[in-house]
Amino acid sequence: MKLIKQLSLALVLVGLATTGISQAGTLDDVRAKGHLQCGINTGLAGFAFTDDAGNWKGFDVALCEAVAAAVFGDASMVKYTNLTGKTRFEALKAGEVDMLSRNTTWTYSRDVDLKLTFLGVNYYDGQGFIVPASLGVSSATELEGASVCIQTGTTTELNLADFFRSNGMSYEPVPIETNAEARQNYLAGRCDVYTTDRSGLAATRASLDDPEAHVVLPEIISKEPLGPLVRHGDDEWGDVVRWALNVLIIAEEKGITSENVRAMAAEKQKDAELNRMFGTEGEYGAMLGLSADWVVNVIAAVGNYGEIFEKYLGVNTDIGLERGVNALWTDGGLIYAPPYR
Amino acid sequence: MMSNIWADKKSRQTIIQIIVIVVVLSLIGFFVRNTLNNLELLGREASYSFLFAPSNYDINQHLIEYDSRSTHLRATVVGIINTGLVAFFGIMLATFIGFVAGVSRLSSNFLVNRIAYVFVEFSRNVPILLWILLWHGLIVHNMPHPKQAIAAYDFAFLTNRGIYMPKPLLEPAFWGVVVALLIALAGAYIFYRFARQKQELTGEQYPVYWVNGSLLVALPLLAFWLLGFPAELEYPVFKGFNFKGGLVLSPEFIALLIALGVYTGAFIAEIVRAGILAVSHGQTEAAFALGLKANLAMRLVILPQALRVIVPPMISQYLNLTKNSSLAIAVGYMDIVATIGGISLNQTGRALECMSIVLALYLCISLSISAFMNWYNKRISLVDR
Repeated sequence: MKLIKQLSLALVLVGLATTGISQAGTLDDVRAKGHLQCGINTGLAGFAFTDDAGNWKGFDVALCEAVAAAVFGDASMVKYTNLTGKTRFEALKAGEVDMLSRNTTWTYSRDVDLKLTFLGVNYYDGQGFIVPASLGVSSATELEGASVCIQTGTTTELNLADFFRSNGMSYEPVPIETNAEARQNYLAGRCDVYTTDRSGLAATRASLDDPEAHVVLPEIISKEPLGPLVRHGDDEWGDVVRWALNVLIIAEEKGITSENVRAMAAEKQKDAELNRMFGTEGEYGAMLGLSADWVVNVIAAVGNYGEIFEKYLGVNTDIGLERGVNALWTDGGLIYAPPYR
Repeated sequence: MMSNIWADKKSRQTIIQIIVIVVVLSLIGFFVRNTLNNLELLGREASYSFLFAPSNYDINQHLIEYDSRSTHLRATVVGIINTGLVAFFGIMLATFIGFVAGVSRLSSNFLVNRIAYVFVEFSRNVPILLWILLWHGLIVHNMPHPKQAIAAYDFAFLTNRGIYMPKPLLEPAFWGVVVALLIALAGAYIFYRFARQKQELTGEQYPVYWVNGSLLVALPLLAFWLLGFPAELEYPVFKGFNFKGGLVLSPEFIALLIALGVYTGAFIAEIVRAGILAVSHGQTEAAFALGLKANLAMRLVILPQALRVIVPPMISQYLNLTKNSSLAIAVGYMDIVATIGGISLNQTGRALECMSIVLALYLCISLSISAFMNWYNKRISLVDR
């Protein structure tokens, strides 16, 4: 595993050393290639995983499919590159992937210093803690002196250091490379607490033998807005990915689903925004360099935001996440998209 | 004229070498230039200024002052020290295990040499990463939680979070003890020279080991007593979740140390065995014929000759051990790779810069070990007369 990671990093660096980088025209490049190259996680329950047939599926993967459907009208015209926390940005910048949909937190330095363009938020996450119920801890502020298992390679270490410092508490960080290893160490009692994003905690807790014996503490110590990103310098391509995400959200808002989208698109709607999205009014697809019915293709292929959420993360899955802050703004959540007009 | 130069073996070789060097250098130049160009195209020149920004992460094992407000540079230094620590003690352990196992494999005692044989084959035929994970798993899963720590007279505590021991807190007067130790060392050296001279002149033997050993122990102890015990022990105390205070050896460090020591030790055992077998049996017989006892024959006749065979391959084993210590990241031991090549890289996103630093650091460490061992090799090698 380690070797693979090092090798892939080396490959990315070699890529950076040997190839020239084409700047603009990613959309044309993708069309010419005949497929979208999408950077995803190496495996994270709910977000990117392989199904029984060995195909990549998940909440993040669905966004790649949506973009492929937008460009080609076919969600299957996408190839995946699995990237670790270390390799993801170099791979994107070196042009190995056309976009990144890999539970990546939108931060200032990544946006500005690393010259990446974040295109929105598809999941509002935050870092939390899980502890054995037997510890009798009810708040993260009671963790003075605890050993904390961290999955390294994320923004986790920084938030943890900030949280304990600002609360004047000491702790022993136990950095672990993978989620599976971290879980093992937590269960063996190497540490009192395991910290990662709340979505990950829910998935981890769900997979434990006795979920009831572990509690997720109420504190959320960081903001982790996760979303897709592309490299700087190609705004047209950025727009394609941004609006592929936005239409998923608008579709949920408007009640368009993978099942009814074709039928709805077939007839004239009273709501003009729907007609614009379906391409029956105006030249909206062409503005983006896409076909007139691109939105129909996207929704028909992957469903709306709510459908994707329920399919991969929702309460009926193993992950079992509530919509929470990821509910639509109309339901009191944060998920909101600009209007399609 | 041209054909003359080409026909001459020496100038032909020179020309070929020059061509190869030029090709290699221009390839390297091409890669570096292309990388820098591409980075510039992306609007990101290579910059190391992030090294002076706060690191924003904590490290559990730091021998120098460090917290999340310290710079990435300091985090790197902490990583270097941690790598150095595990490499140093790992080399010690591997050498010890290697010599014991290597000599045992040549033992005429069937049980001893079979045990050594099984140990060697088991250790070196399993990938080191598995050893590290196995040892870490064994410690973490089998040792008790700090609440049920195995206590050795309230002095040391064995837990799955490490071994806690009292930490000596030294007072300024402790320097007296250090001085006493230095005096004892000087005295021991003088006595060693004297005894040797005497033996060469008269054949009379002094109990050098006994005298020097007791001198080295007694003098510092005496000074310690005379100065009124200028050191205190800080005992680890269980408080809240963990033991506080004292000295702790983390499971990660122990697992890494044992795994590196045992794995590399097995290779060294074979090198030692080869070295001893390389000394012709006639040497042993000659030593016995002179009346040397077995252990003296080994120490004075066989080992010095065997060392000439042993040391060169030993250099590579030491280098291997040091580089293998980078697998520390598997269990979360914060070495160079985990600090500057891991968390720092991740937080700053400066992969190229961080990796170039890691590369340079390992190169420096390896070259230093190599230089030292080459010096040692030269010292013990046969002097041409």
